[in-house]
Amino acid sequence: MKGSPADPEHIYASQSSSWSGQVMQRSKDGGKTWEVVGNQFTYDGIAGTHQWYDGKPHPWEFKRVWHLEPSLNDPETVYAGVEDAALFRSSDGGTTWAELSGLRNHDTGSRWQPGAGGMCLHTVVLDPSDPKRIFVAISAAGAFRSDDTGATWRPITRGLKSNFLPDPTAEVGHCVHRIAMHPSRPQTLFMQKHWDVMRTDDAGESWREVSGDLPTDFGFVIDVHAHEPETVYVVPIKSDSEHYPPDGKLRVFRSRTGGNEWEPLTAGLPQENCYVNVLRDAMAVDSLDSCGLYFGTTGGQVYGSSDGGDTWAPIVRDLPAVLSVEVQTLA
Amino acid sequence: MIRVVLPAHLRKLAQIEDEITLEVKGPVTQRSVLDALESSFPTLRGTIRDYTTQQRRPFIRFFGCSEDLSHEPPDTPLPNEVAEGIEPFLIIGAIAGG
Repeated sequence: MKGSPADPEHIYASQSSSWSGQVMQRSKDGGKTWEVVGNQFTYDGIAGTHQWYDGKPHPWEFKRVWHLEPSLNDPETVYAGVEDAALFRSSDGGTTWAELSGLRNHDTGSRWQPGAGGMCLHTVVLDPSDPKRIFVAISAAGAFRSDDTGATWRPITRGLKSNFLPDPTAEVGHCVHRIAMHPSRPQTLFMQKHWDVMRTDDAGESWREVSGDLPTDFGFVIDVHAHEPETVYVVPIKSDSEHYPPDGKLRVFRSRTGGNEWEPLTAGLPQENCYVNVLRDAMAVDSLDSCGLYFGTTGGQVYGSSDGGDTWAPIVRDLPAVLSVEVQTLA
Repeated sequence: MIRVVLPAHLRKLAQIEDEITLEVKGPVTQRSVLDALESSFPTLRGTIRDYTTQQRRPFIRFFGCSEDLSHEPPDTPLPNEVAEGIEPFLIIGAIAGG
């Protein structure tokens, strides 16, 4: 689910299940009412193959929409990142979708492999200073950038190191979990990778690790304070095979120095026997004077903080696993 | 007229409450019934069967006259009782997930 930066009443949502396939909805009144919009995601041309888990060729097949990213200035334009990894765009409010196939047809596309959750394009970041520039992240292909509105793409993975790869510094194959940007510094991106928290200050030309003193640098979400571009938030998770907080303590970690030095934020969060995960789309920040933060857990709680993370309180606590958290400030 | 019963989640999506009836031209098959259904209720396109492959969703089943028709080829004629509107064509959400 994602709201339009251009019109806070305008929200797009994706539903998907084996009972219903892909269903897309949008609201024009801040979520009071919803309408079903287009759900036809057809790959451009002959889809071809990517690699399967066993390294063999596997046909590209649309499975579901993982992430929606509305345009920064047009509420009728929205991008959809899908599984199997591809980027689609709608310019008519989600009624019809067209693939930006230059990404999937990149020279490396036939070598992309799925991560544990599938081969999903889960992150789309639009550059507010350059309307032609788009960043995406794919599990487990890596991160890519387009400078021509999605026509052509190139990997932006220099500096990433993934020890599970035969070549740990390969151009593609990195399992990027999430990328966040502060709109005032579009050259700076923060990344939560499968392992490692990373940072670039040159729009992805090179990355450096800023995990610093985190108790573990595995995790899914990462976000940036609305007014402090060097203040970053992550929720460390124990490991890739143990998707819960270390020691059963749910802690958001905040860095006020753009990484490396992190402090645990615990006030109001369970500090014993907590074994939930926080998924990659399940954190959001608002733009109020005192920045609000929100995140949801696989245990069905949504926590909010109105003071930049110093203190937290549950907003709701008995939902199904929370996949996505979005905040919009309505008049 | 063909009688069709949808599972609750698809009735909600299509904004219908009860059994529906459809006019199907030509042979009454899974494909022709689903084509007519999607034509009458466009929000159901891509839900019961995949948009591109036309494959039935894994957790959707088709029944008629107490028979599981899910694995019948899509152009196989449906039972006469369904084609004549005596029995409904049942689209069932699989009992799965436990």
